Amino acid sequence: MSIDMSQFHQVFFEECFEGLEAMESGLLSLDIGDIDSEVINTIFRAAHSIKGGSGTFGFTVVAGYTHIMETLLDEMRDGRRQVTKPAVDVLLGSVDCLREMLTSIQNEEDVNAASVAKHQTALEAELNGTAGGGEHSVPAHEFAPAPAPVVTAPSIIEEQPEEDEIDEEQGWKISFCPYLNLLQTGNDPVRLFRELSKLGELTSNVNIQDIPPFSELEPEECNISWELKLVSGVLEAEVREIFSFVEDDCALEFAPLAKPKKVKKPKPAPVIIEEVKVAPPVAESAPPPVVSAAKKPPVEADASKNAPKASSSIRVDTDKIDTLINMVGEVVITQSMLGLIGENFSMDKVGQLKRGLAQLERHTRDLQQSVMNIRMLPISFVFSRFPRLVHDISTKLDKKITLKLVGENTEVDKAVVELINDPLVHLIRNSLDHGIEMPADRIAAGKPEMGTIELKAYHRGGHIVIEIVDDGRGLDKNKLLSKAIEKGLVEESVIMSEKQIFELIFMPGFSTAEQLTDISGRGVGMDVVRRNIQSLGGNIDIISELGKGTTIAIHLPLTLAILDGQSVAVGDETYIVPLVSIIESINITEKMLNKVAGKGETFKLRNEYLPIIRMREIFNVKSGAATKSNEGVIVVVEGQGALCGFLVDELLGQQQVVIKSLEANYRRVEGVSGATILGDGSVALILDVPGLVRLSVR
Amino acid sequence: MTTDETKQIDPKQIEQFLTFELANEVYGVEILKVQEIRGWEAVRVIPNAPSFIKGVLNLRGSVIPIVDLRERFSLEHCDYTHKTVVIVLCIKHHRTDTFVMGIVADAVSDVLDIKTSEIKKAPNFGSQLDTRYMRGMHVYKQNMIMLLDVDKLLNPDEVDDMDAISDLADAAEF
Repeated sequence: MSIDMSQFHQVFFEECFEGLEAMESGLLSLDIGDIDSEVINTIFRAAHSIKGGSGTFGFTVVAGYTHIMETLLDEMRDGRRQVTKPAVDVLLGSVDCLREMLTSIQNEEDVNAASVAKHQTALEAELNGTAGGGEHSVPAHEFAPAPAPVVTAPSIIEEQPEEDEIDEEQGWKISFCPYLNLLQTGNDPVRLFRELSKLGELTSNVNIQDIPPFSELEPEECNISWELKLVSGVLEAEVREIFSFVEDDCALEFAPLAKPKKVKKPKPAPVIIEEVKVAPPVAESAPPPVVSAAKKPPVEADASKNAPKASSSIRVDTDKIDTLINMVGEVVITQSMLGLIGENFSMDKVGQLKRGLAQLERHTRDLQQSVMNIRMLPISFVFSRFPRLVHDISTKLDKKITLKLVGENTEVDKAVVELINDPLVHLIRNSLDHGIEMPADRIAAGKPEMGTIELKAYHRGGHIVIEIVDDGRGLDKNKLLSKAIEKGLVEESVIMSEKQIFELIFMPGFSTAEQLTDISGRGVGMDVVRRNIQSLGGNIDIISELGKGTTIAIHLPLTLAILDGQSVAVGDETYIVPLVSIIESINITEKMLNKVAGKGETFKLRNEYLPIIRMREIFNVKSGAATKSNEGVIVVVEGQGALCGFLVDELLGQQQVVIKSLEANYRRVEGVSGATILGDGSVALILDVPGLVRLSVR
Repeated sequence: MTTDETKQIDPKQIEQFLTFELANEVYGVEILKVQEIRGWEAVRVIPNAPSFIKGVLNLRGSVIPIVDLRERFSLEHCDYTHKTVVIVLCIKHHRTDTFVMGIVADAVSDVLDIKTSEIKKAPNFGSQLDTRYMRGMHVYKQNMIMLLDVDKLLNPDEVDDMDAISDLADAAEF
């Protein structure tokens, strides 16, 4: 009690969530019928650590709950119980429930008692219903949340069922036997009693048997002990806190005055299947005291609640830290070497100085690389939650779907990892719900009964590509088009390319699903998905073939903090073009440009006509009178999937630039994605290539 | 709203204002908003920004916009000299705590202690002149000092409709 445990809470929660993830993935990989005992062991160990940890930290509700899971798992491990699909589903539900509980405790909110009770009864029913051995299957109610006296964590208090009326005689019987030295340590029992009486009605019985005869009495020794009765609804922890200073100098015993009523016993009610939004069907008995009407689906709840917390810390591979420390060492050595040269400099040391500077440059670059590496996380952080999502939704939809993960170790920036999750969840749900057909339809179409969704991540150029490939029914061009016309989103007369038609699904309010389901189909979302991805500096493409399947490819920049840029001059201004979007650069003269209808300009690049954007015009640059007006450089860039040429005055050089936000002190500027600071200390604007293409079309 | 606030504040309270010159008129800003004063240096032009946004410059690693108050108040333009200063201000903003912006002034003059009671509410000029961006007026040695409410004047949300602002400078004629 004397150590402040709360400092370890964050670590505990992180470990718990990791444990839960391990349990979840273990449960999902359990193949009913052919059980790998190692997997069960892993799950069991995770449950056991959570139980141990939560017990230590006083989260008794969690500990009690995990104990039941552990009992169940223990029986499975020993082979005394069959691993059945319902059992696995109940355990999965329990993982959600535990996650919810832990999140609530972490956020210092009240635990949702109703949902806990519901999962717990389901779990107990599973435990009792098919208990194999019998001798180990302890009556479930013994594991019901521990009664009030042992609950110590303040945040769980409210979890106690409201129906549990406060007994009039509720309170504490405290036996307080100070050791002889209590008074010598400067403690005064009277003060303690005064504090106690603030908590409630205090009656005390003094025990003076131990007082020695007067001749032997030592005035500084405490020979008296007390029996205290405190009538109050306070918690043991609160009472204990008063005694915290004297804990080591006395014998202290607590006993509740009257045991609160037994919390709740599961009623043997018929097992009904209740539909939880996303979670698998959970067997449930005896409706919980409070029906939480607005219960969120567990997956979403945990995504939204975890998101802000997750950003507070980051787990980094020790190897990366070691590399970083090495780098710093190198930099320090180079710095001291340069310092030495500078101390008594003479011209003959110039060569040495140059070498030193070159070394410093290399080390700085390496250092920068290693620091950026720390921000890089494997994409499996995002991918790992999808097997569960697919499992749940496919069960709910009665579809047979396997999820293949490819390239989980591809590393991406932490910011990307955090922001890509929601769009991906949305896209996968779409594939599950609309993409993959019902098993019967699949067989009829001559496809394997089992649908496949493949989630791939890989690097290409300076981008990371995430692909969601399904072998479902694909997008129906004609249906999309007629729907769009019906909704008035496009004119009937407009002729659109296949690509443009697919892009329609990103329009706000567009949904082709005949039936709305709670999984998807409301037509909100795809536009949000695209906006989110664009705000990350990426783009999204769709390739689809009717009857064969759909591929959605998301291209994202590797990092959001640094980019390789090409600096270009327009008049007196310097702009940075992201190198990844540059295809090539061509020197041209004015004559090589062709006017189309007197307005738009194009340039014939090999066999294609390239639309030209004059940077000077689009950015209204007036400075640096266009002396070389008949000469310039075309920077061919790719933006929004189309090629386009930027006409600039000249190319300056390539460099890595650190992205600074313009919005921090100003606001968004169209055609500009950010700013950076050049070597001479001046500011240069970084061009937003897709944004400029959009701007020029207007 | 600011004028309401001033009524509630103890009238004897003294506030400090940094005064600066702009086209021979004196303006003041609360000194607590001032982060630093720098000499004028070349800025990077922001494309298609309103004319009073001169551009952005690098202030120790962060990119801050520079507003020319002459243009902002539709005063005649004057060339920047070695005397031209940039006053870097910390602007409070309701959404995201603070913004840092610079304003260009002809010269910095003084720091004045002004009793809150001596700040006079700006008269109503009707539709001719918007006084929302004025904290009030103060007479110092027979000179009228216009005290600006920079939080409102430089609110980034209003950059768009700032073009339409009528000339506050006319007020100085009174």
